[in-house]
Amino acid sequence: MKQNITALVAGLLFGLGLAISQMIDPARVLGFLDVAGVWDPTLIFVLGGAVGVTVVAFRFVLRQQNPFLALTFRLPNKTEIDRPLILGSALFGIGWGISGYCPGPGITALVLGSWNSVLFVIALAVGSFLYSRFMDPTANQQSFNEPVSESL
Amino acid sequence: MIAEFNWLAALAGGILIGISSTIMLAWNGRITGISGMVHMLVTPKAGDINWRWIFLAGMLGGGALYEYLLVPAMPGYSATPAFGFAPIAMILGGLIVGFGTRMSGGCTSGHGVCGLGRLSPRSLVAVITFLGTGIVTVYVVRHLLAGIL
Repeated sequence: MKQNITALVAGLLFGLGLAISQMIDPARVLGFLDVAGVWDPTLIFVLGGAVGVTVVAFRFVLRQQNPFLALTFRLPNKTEIDRPLILGSALFGIGWGISGYCPGPGITALVLGSWNSVLFVIALAVGSFLYSRFMDPTANQQSFNEPVSESL
Repeated sequence: MIAEFNWLAALAGGILIGISSTIMLAWNGRITGISGMVHMLVTPKAGDINWRWIFLAGMLGGGALYEYLLVPAMPGYSATPAFGFAPIAMILGGLIVGFGTRMSGGCTSGHGVCGLGRLSPRSLVAVITFLGTGIVTVYVVRHLLAGIL
């Protein structure tokens, strides 16, 4: 229950951050990726601000034995730089460059009431399903170190 | 030429995203990867679902809070401008993003914010790669194909 409250609060802050930074405006994101056109630096400041926080804070957090509520940290345990990582990331970038949306902003933009984000989110889910169904059902299911038992 | 932009709002938003990710890690022990949440909800496993819906609901709430409460109430907060209807771009982009992020195991939040925060070499490669193809894609679409989408 408490973890659900944490998720709610964290989600709220995340959505607020995306909206304040205008990351839910595809024009801004595409403007950043458009290095040959009128360049929009916004995304650098957003990513910089976010990673500035995490690169420091995660250090402290991960020094703890365990998180405050959950039994253990669930961190990705893959270390190899493999083809799915590179190819998948390349594809993600292409889709991002076509739509100006990535998953977080695309979902958050639903609150703006435009059909764009609705189409994007539906397509996102379909794309995910297609990968799972036709390429690799184990992908993105569990590659984290699993605790023996957990209280949610 | 550089576009007009609000560096303070951008930074503030980014910091909030970073704080959010830190909270998720510190309390729930989880990496905040939005694409990962979507993938797990598309093919759910019993008993591990709710918090993802709740996070996404919170995300919508945060966005709505900004657009419908803060923007009208505070001078200097600008509402998100409308983006012209682009159904092909949205559908095509969404399909490829969904497919690609499932393959790579992350997106700008998972690999970008959290992965880089963890100093993960995998995430660094991911970020450089998707920024690279993102930039090339926009160049092709906007400057070679004259914005065909």
